[in-house]
Amino acid sequence: MAVTALGSTEVVRPSVRRRRLEDERWLALVLLMPTAILLGLFIAYPFFEGVMLSLSSARVGDPGEFVWFKNFVKLWHDSIFWTAVWNTFWYTAVTTVFKLGLGLWLALLLNRHFRGKAIVRAFVLLPFIIPTVLSTFAWKWMFDPTFSVINWSLFKLGLISARINWLGDADLAMTSIMIVNIWRGVPFFAISLLAGLQTISPELNEAAAIDGARPWNRFWYVTWPLLLPVTMVVMLFSVIQTFADFQLVYVMTGGGPANATHLFATYAYQIGIVSGLLSEGAAVSLAMFPFLFVIVVAQLLYIRRVEVR
Amino acid sequence: MIEGALWRRWAFSYLPLILFVVVLLFPFYWMIITTFRPDGELYRPWNAPNNMPFWTTKPTLEHIIYLFEETSFARWMFNTMFIAAISTLISLFCGVLAGYALARLNFPWAGSLGTLIFITYLVPQTLLFIPLAEIIRDFRLGDTPWSLILTYPTFLIPFCTWLMMGYFKAIPKELEECARIDGASRWKAMAYIIIPIAVPGILSSGIIAFTLSWNEFIYALVFLSSPDQKTVAVGVTSELIRGDVFFWGSLMAGALLGSVPVAIVYSFFVEHYVSGLTGSVKG
Repeated sequence: MAVTALGSTEVVRPSVRRRRLEDERWLALVLLMPTAILLGLFIAYPFFEGVMLSLSSARVGDPGEFVWFKNFVKLWHDSIFWTAVWNTFWYTAVTTVFKLGLGLWLALLLNRHFRGKAIVRAFVLLPFIIPTVLSTFAWKWMFDPTFSVINWSLFKLGLISARINWLGDADLAMTSIMIVNIWRGVPFFAISLLAGLQTISPELNEAAAIDGARPWNRFWYVTWPLLLPVTMVVMLFSVIQTFADFQLVYVMTGGGPANATHLFATYAYQIGIVSGLLSEGAAVSLAMFPFLFVIVVAQLLYIRRVEVR
Repeated sequence: MIEGALWRRWAFSYLPLILFVVVLLFPFYWMIITTFRPDGELYRPWNAPNNMPFWTTKPTLEHIIYLFEETSFARWMFNTMFIAAISTLISLFCGVLAGYALARLNFPWAGSLGTLIFITYLVPQTLLFIPLAEIIRDFRLGDTPWSLILTYPTFLIPFCTWLMMGYFKAIPKELEECARIDGASRWKAMAYIIIPIAVPGILSSGIIAFTLSWNEFIYALVFLSSPDQKTVAVGVTSELIRGDVFFWGSLMAGALLGSVPVAIVYSFFVEHYVSGLTGSVKG
């Protein structure tokens, strides 16, 4: 060790570059540079471009001109846009409740000791790992109007007498999409909450049990408050991903029947890419921003408050 | 072991658990069975007599053969693999360095930069895909793998940075100080002492970044147009649906084979994957 110490003192005048890297501020600057360049180029700049685009009348092959808020005024009077807004909120709210409820249940089930637990846990996470578009195709095939295996099963069980047209009816189509979203999201909730559960010392529950607390009370007064910080972060990720979802609707219905199942993202794609009205598509996308912003700020403030407590 | 009377164990633990597993895995079973089922069995109405949907007596490879002979499926697999691998490496490089800086160096605005990274972590791809498509076109990257290799890091870097910050924070400061007392420069202390200790974290971020980029869809859908450039998800969507006709057998074969690489990576590194996932949640 002494040798290395001597070795460095022998270098009487390290190069300017070396000396700069010894300064924490310079080193931080160098280390953060690649990230800053990539994120600046492909997040900050597109965001700025998106705002400019949404205030213009650009189409594919026509740069257009600056038109202030004309695109947003047009959206305000667009009934399909309002359907998409309503759908997005409804879709996010319903699926989040179910994902949290079922995910928590599954986490509690997995938190006990039984044989083959590791294997079960690994398999349970599969819906979350497998590329969404590919697994959604399996669901679309299961919901097929003519060849549905779900209809077949319900028919054989004597629950239905005529086929259910899962993706052909506006309300049913939305429900079907929600089912797939819940199916895909429950594993993420379950595994994350399971990790949260495992950090809670079992002695707390045992102490409560000795004091005579019933299982439900033990959950509500001991486990749940301790699990809350993790739950909030999981919810934050899930709510944002669901709110901005594209793949599920694109594959399952493409926004149909009759534009009844559009979300912000699919409607933006429909207008901006399929119809080529870039400026209006960018406006639909950006309309998501205020909502996302509020969700992020509210949840961050909440998380901070929980952490301080 | 779960305690209690046998019937209670079944009613409250095993039965719900079995139900969960069956529902969560059924679509994959359905993918497999559809892949190997001949068209004659596939397209039989749901209420036809003698319909036996859960099994097939005449398994066939025709759908997989169709996939490889009539479409560029092998090419899509290669594209997806290439794009996912390179963008993961780029993101790991950036994320490890940035995570180290944010977790272990004192400099002005370190805290605000950390929050900024966390916020970019939350920016969904669907917010920016239209202006980004314009920018990709302006940079003349459209319809090349580089359009994705350079844009995927926008959601992978914040994730890797965030995860690595957690790992770096858990390593005691004394390790670095010892190295510096022994004469190592800051740079060397980072490269030879701290980063090697964080290898499990790097592995976790890398695996999750790889699955995330394999999963990405909307950028690939918008930025790529020629059949030979497509990724698996986009290729399957656009080339196996012609108008109203779905080639269900080959679609499911494509979905199945397209999932295999991710499933293999996942099965080898389940523990890393889970610890990365939960690490990202705990922050």
